[in-house]
Amino acid sequence: MAVQHIDKEIDARGSFCPGPLLELIRGVKSIEVGQTVQVLSSDPGSNRDIPAWIQKAQHEFLGSFPENGYVRFVVRKAH
Amino acid sequence: MANRMSIVLFSGTVDKLFAVSTLTAGAVAMGMDVDIFLTFWGLNAFRKDQVRTNVRFSSDFAEFAEPALQAMKAKNVSHWLDTLNQAREIGNVRVQACSMTMELFGWHLEDLDPIVEDVTGVATFVQIAQEGEVTLFI
Repeated sequence: MAVQHIDKEIDARGSFCPGPLLELIRGVKSIEVGQTVQVLSSDPGSNRDIPAWIQKAQHEFLGSFPENGYVRFVVRKAH
Repeated sequence: MANRMSIVLFSGTVDKLFAVSTLTAGAVAMGMDVDIFLTFWGLNAFRKDQVRTNVRFSSDFAEFAEPALQAMKAKNVSHWLDTLNQAREIGNVRVQACSMTMELFGWHLEDLDPIVEDVTGVATFVQIAQEGEVTLFI
């Protein structure tokens, strides 16, 4: 598995919907185009919302990686 | 152009305030503008002297009040006003007060939490809602 360089990591584990998604959005806003954000979420609702938002906002979805009790989402800011 | 969700917030119980803040956050996350029109008990809930201390709960579900509030505290759930402010950082959220309710109770804009931008009349709100895709009465 390729190791992605992550520019910003957000640990939103334990946070409830819409927390993780809002934190991801703020994270994406705070980085430059071309940089990557990784968000860790343990909330089932957010685990659906996050990919949906990435698609809607037209950023580059670099994958979701299930870990022990949470999921890692990696996004590259496309614009 | 972003589409719009308009919310008439009539209720003042924290369960409904929580729902409104979550919906607002979800809407801005999906690129919608949100307009909230505060009236009656919704407006009351934004008074500076209540906004953080209000723990009113829907009376039909009174038996859930204590467990729900405890769970929210234990699980570190954000206060509804904080979620609204976060949503406002991310997208366009405008909160306005109903002039009729303000007059009725003799309130002024300075009595309300600073998130409330303005006092407006019903016709203005109806026009705002008419331009949007979603209107909710909560």
